[in-house]
Amino acid sequence: MAKLIAGMGTSHVPGLGAAMDNGKTQEPYWKQLFEGLEPLRAWHRANTPDVNIIVYNDHATEFSLDSYSTFTVGVGENFEPADEGWGPRQVPSMSGYPDLAWHIVESAMAEEFDLAVHASMDLDHGFTVPLSIAYGQPKEWPAAVVPVCVNVIQHPLPTALRCYKLGQAIGRAVASFPEQINVGIWGTGGLSHQLGGERVGVVNPEFDQKFLDNLSRDPLANTRISHTEFMREAGCEGVEMIMWNVMRGALEDDVDEVFRLYHIPVSATAYGAIILENK
Amino acid sequence: MILTDLRGRYQFGFGRFMERDYDDIPGTYPLDSRTYRKGYHVNMFLMSLNDAECRDKFAEDEQAYLDTFRMTEDQKSAVLDRRFLDLLKLGANVYYAFKLISFDRQPPQVMYGQMAEPRLTFDEFQQMMIDGGRPIDGNRSVEEWKDG
Ligand SMILES: [Fe+2]
Repeated sequence: MAKLIAGMGTSHVPGLGAAMDNGKTQEPYWKQLFEGLEPLRAWHRANTPDVNIIVYNDHATEFSLDSYSTFTVGVGENFEPADEGWGPRQVPSMSGYPDLAWHIVESAMAEEFDLAVHASMDLDHGFTVPLSIAYGQPKEWPAAVVPVCVNVIQHPLPTALRCYKLGQAIGRAVASFPEQINVGIWGTGGLSHQLGGERVGVVNPEFDQKFLDNLSRDPLANTRISHTEFMREAGCEGVEMIMWNVMRGALEDDVDEVFRLYHIPVSATAYGAIILENK
Repeated sequence: MILTDLRGRYQFGFGRFMERDYDDIPGTYPLDSRTYRKGYHVNMFLMSLNDAECRDKFAEDEQAYLDTFRMTEDQKSAVLDRRFLDLLKLGANVYYAFKLISFDRQPPQVMYGQMAEPRLTFDEFQQMMIDGGRPIDGNRSVEEWKDG
């Protein structure tokens, strides 16, 4: 059977990808952050799974006001980096893992999660930046991916609890997948940030650190936060943090926190990353 | 009879006239069913800039390209003048507005600074973030903004 080895949470700020793509990681603005990410990258080198389930959101790239599903699983063989307004990032295309993707869809649907499927969605910074954070700039990505897209930008959004429950269903699906493979799961987006309006630039380190503490030791506490509380306390776009609940829900109740990084700023965002290992 | 009742409830119970418990968060414009309807065409224009061919058409003649969308004149002039805060007030969402600042090959901090209260230059916005960002205290509700 497949084994879920660990979960990672990371922000997916486009500026981080651009810093790597344009060779700016040694500049004063970025240096400290990328040094802080070294242990995370070392962990990934030592713990590369066969496939990563990556929970992300689309930013007006494939999904729009015309058509938006709450949860969408990428079931394609291959995914390309998206043109989201400035040309696609020059990063490798991403190999899907349709057997696992379909197994997750079938297993979760049987538990009454009505998931949409998509075979050819291009993947924007919400997806490709976490890959670059974990694996740097390889010629090919070292693991296949199963994209899970969550609507966190067009209200009404799924609740924080619903996201956690979906994660639990994904965890059960992985546990019943018959291949002997190792699987990782990533939650992306956040932490506190607001990109629009007069209040742009608001961040909340106390809220973020509490969220990270809870993720480690009391994950149900993070399922009781309303969208309004996220938006008020962590900025309008801080609500992306509900995607980390999907990752956490898939893991066991007791986990080992083996890495945490918190850094302000990345562009207008409080950057956070965490790695939680199943025991 | 039942149909009328349902339609009424949709419009006046859940829809675009209902107040939301996040309406008192200051300077914040979430994309919900109210902004969705107000901003549909301007957001679809912004999203079209994902496409290189559309970017070329827009670059060639901004006004002519905008005229192919069913946007209001206010929305069009806010796009032409790059008045980003006005765009949000007219229904655009910031994830979509991103496409326009990218089209201009400007860093997003230029757009952020322009929307901020008070207005900030690129350098000033960058410095505010390096200094720890805008604090949450005093910025949770419009009540706090009224007190100055
Ligand atoms: Fe995002």
